Amino acid sequence: MPIPPALTPIIRAVAETVTPETSGLNQAGWRTLQQTIDGAVATRPPRMQRQLALFLRAIQWLPLLRYGRPFTSLRPEIRRRFLSSLEDSPLLLVRRGFWGLRTLVLMGYYTQADVIGAIGYRADPRGWSRRR
Amino acid sequence: MIDKSYDVVIVGSGAGGGTAAQALAPLAEAGRSVLVLEQGARLGDAEFTGRELEMANRLYRDGGGFLTADGTMTLAFAETYGGSTVVYTGTSLIAPERVIRHWGVPGLAHADVAARSRRYADANNVHLLPAEEINDNNRLFVEGGKQAGYAVEQFPVNVKGCRGSSLCNLGCPNQAKQGTNRVQLPDAERRGVQVVTRAQVRRVLPDRTLEVHIAEKAPGSAGARSEWEPGDYRVRARAVVSAGGAIGSTALLLRSPIAPGLPRLGQGFTCHPALILAAEHDHPITNDVGHPKSYFVDRAESLGFVLETCMYFPFVTAKALTGFGPGHSAAMRAFQCLQMILVLACDRADDGNHVGVDRDGAPVVHYRFAPRTVSALVEGARASARIFFSAGAVRVFTPFAEPPVLERADAGNEEGRITAAHWEPGKVSVSAAHLMGGCAMGSSAGDSVTDGWGRVHGLPWLRIADASLFPDSLEINPYLTIMALADRTAEALRTDFASL
Repeated sequence: MPIPPALTPIIRAVAETVTPETSGLNQAGWRTLQQTIDGAVATRPPRMQRQLALFLRAIQWLPLLRYGRPFTSLRPEIRRRFLSSLEDSPLLLVRRGFWGLRTLVLMGYYTQADVIGAIGYRADPRGWSRRR
Repeated sequence: MIDKSYDVVIVGSGAGGGTAAQALAPLAEAGRSVLVLEQGARLGDAEFTGRELEMANRLYRDGGGFLTADGTMTLAFAETYGGSTVVYTGTSLIAPERVIRHWGVPGLAHADVAARSRRYADANNVHLLPAEEINDNNRLFVEGGKQAGYAVEQFPVNVKGCRGSSLCNLGCPNQAKQGTNRVQLPDAERRGVQVVTRAQVRRVLPDRTLEVHIAEKAPGSAGARSEWEPGDYRVRARAVVSAGGAIGSTALLLRSPIAPGLPRLGQGFTCHPALILAAEHDHPITNDVGHPKSYFVDRAESLGFVLETCMYFPFVTAKALTGFGPGHSAAMRAFQCLQMILVLACDRADDGNHVGVDRDGAPVVHYRFAPRTVSALVEGARASARIFFSAGAVRVFTPFAEPPVLERADAGNEEGRITAAHWEPGKVSVSAAHLMGGCAMGSSAGDSVTDGWGRVHGLPWLRIADASLFPDSLEINPYLTIMALADRTAEALRTDFASL
């Protein structure tokens, strides 16, 4: 089951906070990131998929209480502060929820060929013969 | 439902199942029917591309991200022809004498485990890599380790014609690693053992029938079709050898209506919880070329940890680094300058850490980090930081500090900066690939699941041949020991076969 389209802007805002370089992705890059996340989520049990959707909605609306705006409307620094509070939450459920979401974003970004080339990853099946 | 009948059915084709298949090939040569059922697919050589996400999804259960019940650790294990021997780095060590003695399994002597391990080390071309094949990532570990006062040892590895792709954990694209997919299984098949892939064994019934489902090959997916037509099968056997690993074998027995007589089934799970640590040098090093895991530091006996060189791929590396945002991105941009160390904690078979199954029969691993396990991870992280700095690193990334990075000025103050106070389950990325226990060896059903020869208590036709047999942590990389124990299981089955 892909993540509902209504949640896509939230994932995008989380991605730009977790990995600021994602804001430089073109349309194809975003599509790849979203498809990778969808593919990973689809292999997980329905209960976990529902939890992820709920967690994304919580990320969007909880800042309203504290900052008067939903997550997608926050400045980058405030977004970062809010996600840090989730990462350091005293509740295991929240910490692991953020860890899972962070993992999905990193998977969607750091498996793209252009991206891994840009950071200098050069592993090649030909090994040493490609380098020497 | 299609009915079939075999003399011996082996479930799983990894270090345990592949070894058992070869060791039971004499039965096939003598006219008995021997079948291996493997849940994963048989991949063609050209399908090992080295691409991270693609290979993780082709080879690993849940793409390598199988989560424990509380979601605080990922467990990596392969489902393919050859099992996890396809995805490990080929590191091949013989079990320490003190560990086998500590296990205290009646009839299991260290000398026997060592002799069998040496035989498989020879068969699978285990040797030390020559100096010219060692990359900077490993060389810096040796230099830094020695300078920091640690005894650094070289890993014997089971490669033949290694080109140094560094892609071992994604399945060698050059088929240089000598896992059971390259050695034991092809030999067994040549000698008459039948291997059927995409075969999920749902239950083993007390009348020695296995309920098996053969999966369709999805359109466009990798791997060969199953050797059998897709559908449901009932397979009768005189003897069954379960070799699906600590999770697979345990879950299979728990799903089967034979579990009530085995109160210890599922208990005693250990896994060497691991941290991937990285440090940045001020210049590029060779890290993503060459064998990734060539050296280690063994402090298991004194401090409960082992350090190993490692090199992971961009996504796994990004996941392992603590935190997010600009600092995390900067570390990833320094990829060519990163040195990496894997910290393994030698956990213990604690009450409560166990393998279970959910209502649908799917495996569930319940695991809590004991204080001594956390302490071992912290000590290992401190030792790693000392090695990194001694090797010349300018900064060290670690999950047990706030902020999670030590600068050069922190060198010498590792103990002060890296502390267990910063341990937060669910925040720190912990993973494990040495999955052990669940069907432990011992004396009787009161303390274990099998005897010292893999015979399940009270069910002489059912045998175990994998890491689920381990009564406690092995404290080293487990593959040779799994092969040695599988060889014992097969030997006992050959001896007992006429009476079954």
